[in-house]
Amino acid sequence: MIYGATVRNPARRGKIRSISFDPGVPWDEFTIVTAKDIPGKNYVALILNDQPFLADEITAHGEEAVVLLAHPDRYLVEKARTLVRIEVEPLPCVDSLEDSLAKTQVIWGDDNIFKSYLMNKGDVDQAFAAADLIVEGEYETGAQEQLYIENNGMIAVANPEEGVTVWGSMQCPYYVHKALIPLFNLPPEKIRIIQMETGGGFGGKEEYPSMIAGHAALLAWKSGKPVKLIYDRAEDMIATTKRHPSRTRHRTGVTHDGKLVAMEIEFDIDGGAYATLSAVVLSRGTIHAAGPYSCPNVRIRSRAFATTYPPHGAFRGFGAPQSIFALERQMNKVAAALNLSPEEFRRRNFLHEGQSTATGQVIREKVDLEDLLFRTLELSHFHHHRETFDRANPGSPLKRGIGFATFMHGAGFTGSGEVALSSVVTVEATIEGTVRILAASTEIGQGTNTIFSQIAADALQIDYSLIELAQPDTSTVPNSGPTVASRTVMVVGKLVEAACIGLKQILISSGLLAQTYTSEEFAEAAAEYVENIGPLRASGEYQPPPNVFWNDETYQGDAYGAYAWAVYVAMVTVDPITYEVRIDDFVAMQEIGKVIHPVLAMGQIEGGVAQAIGFALYERVAWKNGRMANGQMTNYIMPTSADLPPIRVFFAENPYAYGPSGAKGIGELPMDGVAPAILNAIEHATGVAFNQIPLVPELVMESLLPRNRHA
Amino acid sequence: MQIRVNGVDHSIDAPPMSRLLDVLREDLRLTGVKEGCGEGECGACSVLIDGELVNSCLVPVLQVEGASITTIEGVANGDKLNAVQQAFLEYGGAQCGICTPGMILAAMTLLDQYPNPSLEQIKEGLAGNLCRCTGYMRIFEAVMQAVQE
Repeated sequence: MIYGATVRNPARRGKIRSISFDPGVPWDEFTIVTAKDIPGKNYVALILNDQPFLADEITAHGEEAVVLLAHPDRYLVEKARTLVRIEVEPLPCVDSLEDSLAKTQVIWGDDNIFKSYLMNKGDVDQAFAAADLIVEGEYETGAQEQLYIENNGMIAVANPEEGVTVWGSMQCPYYVHKALIPLFNLPPEKIRIIQMETGGGFGGKEEYPSMIAGHAALLAWKSGKPVKLIYDRAEDMIATTKRHPSRTRHRTGVTHDGKLVAMEIEFDIDGGAYATLSAVVLSRGTIHAAGPYSCPNVRIRSRAFATTYPPHGAFRGFGAPQSIFALERQMNKVAAALNLSPEEFRRRNFLHEGQSTATGQVIREKVDLEDLLFRTLELSHFHHHRETFDRANPGSPLKRGIGFATFMHGAGFTGSGEVALSSVVTVEATIEGTVRILAASTEIGQGTNTIFSQIAADALQIDYSLIELAQPDTSTVPNSGPTVASRTVMVVGKLVEAACIGLKQILISSGLLAQTYTSEEFAEAAAEYVENIGPLRASGEYQPPPNVFWNDETYQGDAYGAYAWAVYVAMVTVDPITYEVRIDDFVAMQEIGKVIHPVLAMGQIEGGVAQAIGFALYERVAWKNGRMANGQMTNYIMPTSADLPPIRVFFAENPYAYGPSGAKGIGELPMDGVAPAILNAIEHATGVAFNQIPLVPELVMESLLPRNRHA
Repeated sequence: MQIRVNGVDHSIDAPPMSRLLDVLREDLRLTGVKEGCGEGECGACSVLIDGELVNSCLVPVLQVEGASITTIEGVANGDKLNAVQQAFLEYGGAQCGICTPGMILAAMTLLDQYPNPSLEQIKEGLAGNLCRCTGYMRIFEAVMQAVQE
């Protein structure tokens, strides 16, 4: 085994003039890989195939990989990394949304735009002309690092005879598989990707692992030796993808009696230097931008634009936390302009069964947001606290506030995405009479293994201990799609269920198993089948729910199979001396279909809320010369156990007909509504409308200091 | 040099400034000790040195000559899990698992100090161990349940 390291562009966007190697290490002992050594195509196959594995001639951003090194001595590799000299002739950079959209420099395509959408419902211009009141607002969110506690890492073996095998930390083995086929110009069966235990992902191990796997495999290919390539924390934070920064502009038309008549939304996200997943992040953010409200006239324009920052990518929520932050701040602003309470304004505009979303999707499930809101406000003693704080704040040194957000999150791939994926799960009986699930879905802490075992045991009506899970290995498991988009339980879990029902039917038809049976009888029958008849396998393949329609051209139709619905309430204290915001209580209420594993479900919500508290208040990426300047846990601050309020989680249940045992997706939902609930509470506490996150104390100070001085 | 790890004496041949983290993981193959940040912020590499909770990424191995070290591998009694481990398992205290070894050692240290800790004491006691998955609530619950056992 030899150790790999990545040498990155030391400058910013530019032309690579030369690569040289300073004395100080025995260079003849090193394996050195540049773009010239790539046996196949130099792009990370994903959506647009624009990002190279190794920069060649042009480098687009300051953390782009240019040279790969490997040596048996990992300490010597670290030293060698500092001795590679890459000369770059600077090219102009684009650092802001304004510069990118103004096309002062075109750095990507014809216009710096990776993707844009225009969604239209009704006649927005006419509705604005007739509206009694129009309210405008602008909202911004920052980049956020996924900060899984286990850094990225890969081990690769690669040679022309055996092909390429990579083991590592990842969410989506088949994404890596897809990326390595053109890189090595090998047939699919010569590329084998194996997911190992993965210490958290949150989207951060969705697409970037393809890059690292490619690098490890290129070094292995050239050296003929197994290569281990592990990122340390600084490299992981600085070089890998983050949540897209965003800017949202709202223009909202309402009647005097508080009905939404027109919504115009402009949603823009910073994609960084390459397209990565920006088009689909933008899609989800766009579709969620108008929220769980019924409005007859909606126009949403959105763009993912290029800059010279390292590319942004997937992070739990995938565009929705950004656009929902803006919407739920705007809803409070409009309510205030109407002199209505935020809850009453929302109540008058909630979506009901039979009404349609911004994409024209008619809600066919029984959704009762009014009831959800009412119950949540009761549970959080919202009205009591609001009145108490209103009375006490003027005479109190500490300012307290309470706020909430209402929102929804669609589970699974957007629109026709699940049909295009056509996911498959296989189950097979073993000679011991157990049942093994073969799926590409990865366990990354969210509970895939537990839930799949539970779904299989329920479907087969046998003991949980008789279920096994195959390791996600592209040479043995079918492609059940990526582990993203809150789709693992709702979509892939349903396939596990279907496959198990198929397997049970085969066994019953064979005559070896009666219609009713014990776990022991099932195991005996399964073992006998495998021994005497042959392999016992069944598969489940994705079938869309009936009556689902989606138009990719107009972005109209059934965007998601199902939505989870939620109301989150935050109670805060703002200290006008230290500018610190403390969250005192947090109530998270959601309807997620049927809760099939309460402990795991609570854990998903609590963990998501904690990450979203970081997104709202603490986690600021400090950009300096196009790079992350605070790539350390010391000064990029995520919540610790001492920072968090009680996170009180409640579930309303409404089984979803097409999910396993009635379950809907859950993983991303808790990321969406936390930040606006907190900023709504801060506005209640201080009277200041903060519309930018992360709302670090410096930003609170900028607004409160002039007032303090005045007073 | 000699160190005692999980009750077993080992003779170590490593550069004296090697991080204890690397010696435990690579020389002794005790991979339950995790590296999260390498700068003493996250606590994933926590071990007990003579009963004290320490970030092993910050300790040069020369400092532990003759000391007795406990890693997560030394916490269970054979197949029987420690009460804290069992509670983490049952009450959802672990999700991805990468912070869990350090978190369990921190919780054990906390319970040595406060056998019946308040929620505030638990929050303070675990504040040096970062978890990105759970939001800590199930971890607090697990620690409180471990007290009951």
